[in-house]
Amino acid sequence: MAEGRPLATLLLVAAIATAAALLVTASWEFSRERIAANERARLIASLSSVLDPSLLDRDLDPVLLTVEDETLLGTDEPVEVFVPVDGTTPLAAIFASVAPDGYNAPIELLIGIDIESGRITGVRVVGHRETPGLGDLIEIRKSAWILQFDGKSVDDPPAAAWAVTRDDGQFDSITGATVTPRAVIGAVRNTLLYFEAHRDELIARAEREAEARSEAESGSTQAPE
Amino acid sequence: MTQAATTTTPGPAVSPWTEGLWRNNPALVQLLGLCPLLAVTTTFVNGFMLGLATTAVMLLTNVSISVMRAALVPVVRIPLFVLIIASLVTSIDLLTSALFYELHQTLGLFIPLIITNCSILAQAETVASRRPVGYSAASALAAGAGFLAVLVVLGSIREIFGSGTLFAGMTMILGPGAEALTVELGFDGMLIAILPPGAFFGLAALLAIRNIVTVRSARE
Repeated sequence: MAEGRPLATLLLVAAIATAAALLVTASWEFSRERIAANERARLIASLSSVLDPSLLDRDLDPVLLTVEDETLLGTDEPVEVFVPVDGTTPLAAIFASVAPDGYNAPIELLIGIDIESGRITGVRVVGHRETPGLGDLIEIRKSAWILQFDGKSVDDPPAAAWAVTRDDGQFDSITGATVTPRAVIGAVRNTLLYFEAHRDELIARAEREAEARSEAESGSTQAPE
Repeated sequence: MTQAATTTTPGPAVSPWTEGLWRNNPALVQLLGLCPLLAVTTTFVNGFMLGLATTAVMLLTNVSISVMRAALVPVVRIPLFVLIIASLVTSIDLLTSALFYELHQTLGLFIPLIITNCSILAQAETVASRRPVGYSAASALAAGAGFLAVLVVLGSIREIFGSGTLFAGMTMILGPGAEALTVELGFDGMLIAILPPGAFFGLAALLAIRNIVTVRSARE
């Protein structure tokens, strides 16, 4: 025992701390790229889930834009918009919008919109803290509720019908949850409003990005970071 | 808990297996590690995986502490235990995120929280710092298995009563083919079982059953 010998104690602590640091570093080195790949795969998978199925047979490498609009997109942070392109032609816009008025916390959404028709191709909840068994029915693996938005656009149904049936709207209510569906419906419609207002600007930005990207790819053999 | 007092007396005759699984079960007798236990056990799969991760941490900490027990200085032993436990848990957290990403998304915060599971520190203090490696490893496996068993039973009960399913989400461990393992019991389930009250009622029921069995066997 090294009791009463401060230097030996100090060395012991230092040795164990070093070993611990090495262990964590090694795990991080092993995991880092795998975790990044997992996150990327999850992103592509969740993007695919809100796209028109006819777009899925191609390699999805969407252009990434960021937009800001606190009232319509639910957050004062920049919101990501993924735009799958064919060459340089934008095909769809996928908004990572937020429903700020969820029951326990803001609800994170992915909202896919067809760029030609302005109709929704899919909505998915990617993050929420709603009550298990009540509000979590907005999750696709719990219920099909979220599929009701498919094919809707900003004027179809008319503004008054963008509500649950209990509020005289045309979307199904969720028993026991009032706040959650209202928040999601509101956020989806707001995103559509944003899209309608900024459609041309988004298309122009996505085309510029896609052109810049293809020039960078053909201009040099270096892989773009 | 009168039984908990037995942990501090290192009697050589007791098998670590009866200790960990029954006499000093971390969850049912020592009542340690209840925060993750109550929070995670909404399904069988969640309980099972947290139990496995906790057992792995217990085994690794017990073995490493037991190996260096002669060098451990009493005044700094607790910081060292915490350091060892924390670095092992961080590594396991990273590795699950790399290898079982979807599961990691579900268990989320509770893997890092294994660090705060007192039953691991209790094992380090009462077993690993005084006993040889073999005994410490067996003791960790037994205590981990005891904890795992309670997590699995509670997770199954809550999943059956709360969601009307069993083994849902096996795909997160075994891959897409495991979808067929999910048992649909044909009813929707009572919401309360998967909400926090269900965790407390479920654990209370398990404790009551264990106490009844203990009292009965003591009378005989």
